[in-house]
Amino acid sequence: MRIALFITCLTDTLFPDTGKAITSLLERLGHEVAFPAGQACCGQMHFNSGYRRETVPMVRGFARAFGGFDAIVTPSASCAAMVREYHPAVAAQAGDAGLAREVGEIAPRVHEVSGLLVNVLGVVDVGAYFPYRVAYHPSCHSLRMLRVGDAPLRLLRAVRGLDLVDLPGAEECCGFGGTFAIKNAGTSAAMCADKVAAVRGSGAQVLCSCDNSCLMHIGGTLTRQRADVTVRHLAEILASAS
Amino acid sequence: MTAAASASRPAAGGSREVILRRIRAATGRGPGPVAGPADSAVDAEYAAIPRDYLRAHHDPADHDVIALFAERAADYRAVVQRVPADGLPGAIARALSSGMYVVPDGLPPEWLGRVAADCPGVVLAGDDPPLPARALDAVAGAITGCTVAIAETGTIVLDHGPGQGRRALTLVPDFHLVIVRHDQIAADLADGMSRLDPARPHTLISGPSATSDIELVRVEGVHGPRTLHILIAGPPS
Amino acid sequence: MSMPTYLGLPAFPEAAATALGNAQLRRNLAHATTTIRVKRAAAVAELADWQQLRAAGKAIKDHTLAHLDTYLARLEERVTDAGGHVHWARDAAEANGIVAALVHAAGADSVVKVKSMTTQETGLNEALAAEHITALETDLAELIVQLGHDQPSHILVPAIHRNRTEIRDIFLAEMADVPSGLTDAPAELAAAARTHLRRAFLSAKVGVSGANFAIADTGTLVVVESEGNGRMCLTLPETLISVVGIEKVLPSWRDLEVFLALLPRSSTAERMNPYTSTWTGVRPGDGPRDFHLVLLDNGRTDALADTIGRQALRCIRCSACLNVCPVYERVGGHAYGSPYPGPIGAIITPQLRGVTSPLDASLPYASTLCGACYEVCPVAINIPEALVHLRAEVVDAQRSSPHAERIVMGLAAWVLRSGRRLGLVQRAASASRVLLGRSGRIRRLPPPLNAWTKTRDAPAPPPESFRAWWARTHGGAQ
Repeated sequence: MRIALFITCLTDTLFPDTGKAITSLLERLGHEVAFPAGQACCGQMHFNSGYRRETVPMVRGFARAFGGFDAIVTPSASCAAMVREYHPAVAAQAGDAGLAREVGEIAPRVHEVSGLLVNVLGVVDVGAYFPYRVAYHPSCHSLRMLRVGDAPLRLLRAVRGLDLVDLPGAEECCGFGGTFAIKNAGTSAAMCADKVAAVRGSGAQVLCSCDNSCLMHIGGTLTRQRADVTVRHLAEILASAS
Repeated sequence: MTAAASASRPAAGGSREVILRRIRAATGRGPGPVAGPADSAVDAEYAAIPRDYLRAHHDPADHDVIALFAERAADYRAVVQRVPADGLPGAIARALSSGMYVVPDGLPPEWLGRVAADCPGVVLAGDDPPLPARALDAVAGAITGCTVAIAETGTIVLDHGPGQGRRALTLVPDFHLVIVRHDQIAADLADGMSRLDPARPHTLISGPSATSDIELVRVEGVHGPRTLHILIAGPPS
Repeated sequence: MSMPTYLGLPAFPEAAATALGNAQLRRNLAHATTTIRVKRAAAVAELADWQQLRAAGKAIKDHTLAHLDTYLARLEERVTDAGGHVHWARDAAEANGIVAALVHAAGADSVVKVKSMTTQETGLNEALAAEHITALETDLAELIVQLGHDQPSHILVPAIHRNRTEIRDIFLAEMADVPSGLTDAPAELAAAARTHLRRAFLSAKVGVSGANFAIADTGTLVVVESEGNGRMCLTLPETLISVVGIEKVLPSWRDLEVFLALLPRSSTAERMNPYTSTWTGVRPGDGPRDFHLVLLDNGRTDALADTIGRQALRCIRCSACLNVCPVYERVGGHAYGSPYPGPIGAIITPQLRGVTSPLDASLPYASTLCGACYEVCPVAINIPEALVHLRAEVVDAQRSSPHAERIVMGLAAWVLRSGRRLGLVQRAASASRVLLGRSGRIRRLPPPLNAWTKTRDAPAPPPESFRAWWARTHGGAQ
């Protein structure tokens, strides 16, 4: 299958290894990965911060870059949710019926990594090997907006050598929340402190998630505390092979 | 006109009209007359609202509704007893300790048939003329029937009709003995509510009074009767 | 439109900082909300048709709001037919004035009050005090707040920010007839309140309440409570005044089968709360001789006019959203500067008060948009959607004035809508790595991003962005 990769501005700029991992994983599974260079940002940060007007060109840019693809994969559950849940509304509110139609067709084809693997490609065992104790943090967008369900956990359980440990309070928000992390830094840090305490108490060596924004936030606190836990995007774990 | 009523005289074109016009504008309707109470189009739309919830959670064919009610009411720490219909007067007598108990008009007199003999320390008083609040505060308790009980939630409903007394009667005394006939028990909330006449006042009672205001820990016994004693009467043995 | 007692409070981030530093508060909140969260989940799980009940609750409320004028007119007619009097108040001041006049007309100089958030919103107690009328709060938590010279911090349990020891200390210091050996056992504290309030109940001439629901078809009002102080205030005094927000209307008695299923399980996590009272007008020989219903707007019609924001008016004041909110759990209710705190408060308050004050403009941002609130809301209010919508209102309201953040966001938007520009910025960032060192972590960023690095490391830009890697390894894109 030919699958377009929507890398997201954050992962593109700061976490390219996630993109490399998705590419090698999908190629290993026998698919072709395309990377439309015109892509940029889904507009989530601006939309969520109240800059509705500024979001419209980003929605347009996304539609232009990805219009020709039957399947689009992204390493960010929150960006997938932005496109699927809000791009149609943004286009409609901007009064652009043509764009609304385009976006309405593209949105259902956008999948976050675990959703693509389990629901579209029908695969749970991707032939991965990752001999570490791993805890999984379900990001709020993957849990409540995209509703990926247990897809990530099923994928992790099929990884050889991986010891999946329970993360207490897993479903509680890590406190990132986009610009919340800056505007309400104190509360954000308090929420992250509890999440980090749970991670450190779980015995995990690696914290996994479907969102690099959560991992950046939790991971940045873990390194500041000089904790013995590293963070890895789900795709990077799945791409690991013996 | 009483002083209070004159304070309530509506001002034409006053706040009432302002608010009703604001609502009209806010809900996307153009200028027009201010709404009146009757509107069949609104009623039709209301009737068409989908209600996919279950009207019953407990089918009496599969559930012992009386036992369910007893269990759910006891969950709230009410004292609950089931007695055969002919055992009711004895059970009522046994439930009373000494003191004065208020009995509303309309309570079946045969229910109290054993009190005189079995409870020498008990005095029964009526509420006609109505006892002043301080007198109510001093009585040992109130004995009433009810209009409906709801098994699903362990709730007793008074509509303050005959045998139930005015609302203060079952509020001020510290003990409330309520008799529920087995055929008054509805399985579920929807059924129970549908048996009530909205024009009457109602008090839905689910256990003795409680509060969760201190650390969200439920504590019984604030205002209202601290002891709720429920006698479920029948079916005949 | 106005909430007189809440003027001039600090914006959320500042108020939150104060709260975050209060370890006792955080312990109280964490303990209380964690407990109730678990219980609520169990109470809801008992009903196989919970989602269908939720959908019906939402649909009934939306229908009612769309035709609110018809239903209010109907309510007024039925209440009046049953011997009650209906008054209409455009704003807080008008409502307070109506109540004060009615109390004077009844010849009373004090009232007993059932918990009513609407009267908290209008600042009724303060307005009555200015008219030399004493308002005695009879709800245990409201009593604690009143005796403690404090403000409520939660919709359902206004004194949640106090633990039992603090409550005992307040009673010992401020309650007139308090037993001297009072311990902090909740049962003893409740008993002390019972004794203290009983005298007032039995002698009060005027009761003031709110209402949970107002049934239009029959003119019936409904009060849902636990302690019995509601029943006391609703039935013992000669005059009853109920101040009710216009959004509390329900079309018919039948709708109670939905809302009495949704509310107790969502709020106190019980199958049913101890006492629910319903009454229609006045009834000779049973209860008040005079009943007055004061219908309050105070900004609700502004909320109604907002097609996305109006869903907040469905709220049945259960507080389930507060109890699952990770932000509320850490900062408590006072930080929201409103009688309505937590997630619902963050969307209702700016709609009732407008978004111009720094506090109100900050409220829609007091959230990570995690969505836990939406999941538990019994009337399916999409709080995250409303929050994002209100953020856009805040930004749009500020567009005419210079704003540093808007300039930065505008610049970011210019970069982020073009793959080419983004690639250029990335190349510059990768080149700047040399200056930042090679550890892969940045320990300090300049303001305003220093808020990040206070507690977290930031990632350093990698040698090569993904798109640069792709271009290099795949010989140009696509």
